[in-house]
Amino acid sequence: MSKTDLTRRGLLKTSAIAGAGVALPTIFTASSAAAFTNEPTGDTVTLGFNVPQSGPYADEGADELRAYELAVEHLNGGGDGGMMNTFSSNALQGNGILGKKVEYVTGDTQTKADAARASAKSMIEKDGAVMVTGGSSSGVAVAVQALCQEAGIIFMAGLTHSNDTTGKDRKANGFRHFFNSYMSGAALAPVLAANYGTDRKAYHLTADYNWGYTTEEAVRASTEAMGWETVAAVKTPLTQTDFSSYIAPVLQSGADVLVLNHYGGNMVNSLTNAVQFGLREKQVNGKNFEIVVPLYSRLMAKGAGANVKGIFGSTNWHWSLQDEGSKAFVKSFGTKYGFPPSQAAHTCYVQAMLYADAVERAGSFNPCAVGEALEGFEFDGMGNGKTLYRAEDHQCFKDVLVVRGKENPESEFDLLEIVEVTPVDQVTYAPDHPQMGGAEATLGECNPGA
Amino acid sequence: MLGLDKKDFRLLLIVIAITLLAPFILNPFPENSGMAQFNAGYPDLMQRFVIYGIFAIGFNILFGLTGYLSFGHAAFLGVGSYAAIWMMKLVTLNVIPAIILGVIIAGLFALAVGYISLRRSGIYFSILTLAFAQMSYALAYSVLTPITGGETGLQIKSTDSPLLSNLEPGEIGRANLFGMDMRAGFDLSFGDWLFTINAGYYIAAVFMIIAFYLSIRIFRSPFGTMLRAVKSNQTRMYYTGLNARPYTLAAFVISGMYAGLAGGLLVAMDTQAGPERMFWTASGEVVLMTILGGAGTLIGPVLGSGAIKYMENILSKINKDILHEWFAFMPDGLEDFVITIVYPFIGKGWHLTLGLIFMAVVIFLPGGLVEGGQRIGRLLRGKKANPDDEKATQSTPAE
Repeated sequence: MSKTDLTRRGLLKTSAIAGAGVALPTIFTASSAAAFTNEPTGDTVTLGFNVPQSGPYADEGADELRAYELAVEHLNGGGDGGMMNTFSSNALQGNGILGKKVEYVTGDTQTKADAARASAKSMIEKDGAVMVTGGSSSGVAVAVQALCQEAGIIFMAGLTHSNDTTGKDRKANGFRHFFNSYMSGAALAPVLAANYGTDRKAYHLTADYNWGYTTEEAVRASTEAMGWETVAAVKTPLTQTDFSSYIAPVLQSGADVLVLNHYGGNMVNSLTNAVQFGLREKQVNGKNFEIVVPLYSRLMAKGAGANVKGIFGSTNWHWSLQDEGSKAFVKSFGTKYGFPPSQAAHTCYVQAMLYADAVERAGSFNPCAVGEALEGFEFDGMGNGKTLYRAEDHQCFKDVLVVRGKENPESEFDLLEIVEVTPVDQVTYAPDHPQMGGAEATLGECNPGA
Repeated sequence: MLGLDKKDFRLLLIVIAITLLAPFILNPFPENSGMAQFNAGYPDLMQRFVIYGIFAIGFNILFGLTGYLSFGHAAFLGVGSYAAIWMMKLVTLNVIPAIILGVIIAGLFALAVGYISLRRSGIYFSILTLAFAQMSYALAYSVLTPITGGETGLQIKSTDSPLLSNLEPGEIGRANLFGMDMRAGFDLSFGDWLFTINAGYYIAAVFMIIAFYLSIRIFRSPFGTMLRAVKSNQTRMYYTGLNARPYTLAAFVISGMYAGLAGGLLVAMDTQAGPERMFWTASGEVVLMTILGGAGTLIGPVLGSGAIKYMENILSKINKDILHEWFAFMPDGLEDFVITIVYPFIGKGWHLTLGLIFMAVVIFLPGGLVEGGQRIGRLLRGKKANPDDEKATQSTPAE
């Protein structure tokens, strides 16, 4: 009788050695074969949609997610194809990206940089996402963009309006389709001059954080350039909900225009307070008192209700635009969800499409190749007319919409009317513009990771 | 051994084993399987487990032992982070000096805050610390923007060139430990299973083990006994002629330094710092972690932080599509019905699930998850457990 020496410890040892033997080749292949982070090897490719699902911008996040789901459907050949049919580049076939079916993972940014980075990291490290996109605040965009730069994947920014995203914090792996504070100021100024004259005195209320600063700076610079005078600029805490104590001094200051550099809930509250104080019925310096809101969104207009009537602001895109791209997008979004898309939805949909298209044209998912395909890329048919992805700072240059709160809205979505489409030339600036971080700001080198 | 009695030493060994084997324990499901969704063994989350574990261990030294409920501990985490990132931006990309500076600055800040706040106890103390934390948050968010980077926070940029590093122009510095990148590591695959071994995680894990060891020593020291005396009856301490203030202040500063260590490590693993880290919800989170795990127990806070971070990162990523995949085997009507019921509790609804679990724990297991574990253990051993057993791991029940 032979004795087999099968102890538990012995078995463990042998299986560990065997396991290590099996594992060894894969260790080496894993590190040498991948040319860049998360190279998709199967027949699918994973994209990461990192949007605020909780917190103050949850509504926008929900709309962004709807747009991404629609984009994935179109990329995989489902639905009516949306803007793929109007997009000037015809690289996309509706068979996924480079023949790989598009899959996606979602995460919640909570509109906090830390949470957004944690969720983006889990997409990169756990789910193998090759691109991360989305977000609804500049703090998040800057944080996630830097993370993607480090990790070596592409970041397609969602809703972020602060100059810094493609200004002093620009990164080679990050791209922004949305417009920025500078463009808002440049687009608004001529319209304000035409409607309110060139000898106005402006009073700024500015949300006390980064986006507020860059917006105030941009609006001040462009309105002062056409002859306005800035009487005062007061910072308001971000958590403020009652602005009456800030509105009261406005009338004593001799100003005849109030600029509200506020976004989201801040803007809804400050505008409501200002209107309730009767500012808009006042006469100062022999002129009607006016209010301006540099960045508008439909969701904000909805929150402020009737108070937005007649108030000027700027926006990236609006569903009432009549070009082919916008019409196609509104149609397929409306068919799927039953209401028109917001500007956040539009920008996110376009970003997903642009990424997919760049990969097709580059013939590779390598972030450096994709970056090269996006840099200096000119396209049309995505809703804002001719658009350029500038190579120097990865900012899109396109027409900017100046809008006004509608006097007689026909539905809860029909709150803004387009006053003017400011042509792209008026909002273009030099890549080393002082508001954009000056000569010091650089993209750095593209990083493919691995 | 190491100045610990047998029971504590065994606990320490268990913690060491679990932390070192975490990449394997946390990835129990094979890649590409449906259950891979629940794998948590990727570097970022493992790092967060141990870092927030440190944060909660430190908080427990104050709350678990003295009973002083600080509602502003995130401020120390944030201050530690800012100190660490400035050290990296200006002096060296090595993480050790950055972490040390984070601990020192957080300790000094805790000394100042504690000196003022500890003049009051109970709810007034909580409110004072909360006020300090919110003040720090507001300052970091706006007034101190030149130092803190405001809303967008601070990162290492290509324009930064720390004194003691030789970066090429335009190169973005990376956190390292004597040249070893925090993201260095390799993948081990056994058949369908994939395990990621990451340098940053193991560095953080070593810090957590040291932090855990120190906390055992503090719990078992005469100083720890004094802190427990503060919790049980401070007035009596005063009547016997003992001044409790130096003890509570020391506990406050120590737990502030733990928070600073956690903040420094967060920066070392992921080189950025932002003001949200100091927001009151972040302070509240550490309170939840400690109570969920079991305040006043040694291992409780680590379990609590693990549970919360797991839910935040794993549960929150389950979306409707994944649910449809799971319940695809059901008939259509039933599938939609089940999904409607389940959906509010996952994805963005993870807060709701956390809240329910927290309520259940507080109501049914006042000693936290640790008490749950003990009850299960007692059931398994047929209720013949030694009463000393309970004493050893749970010295003081949570309130």
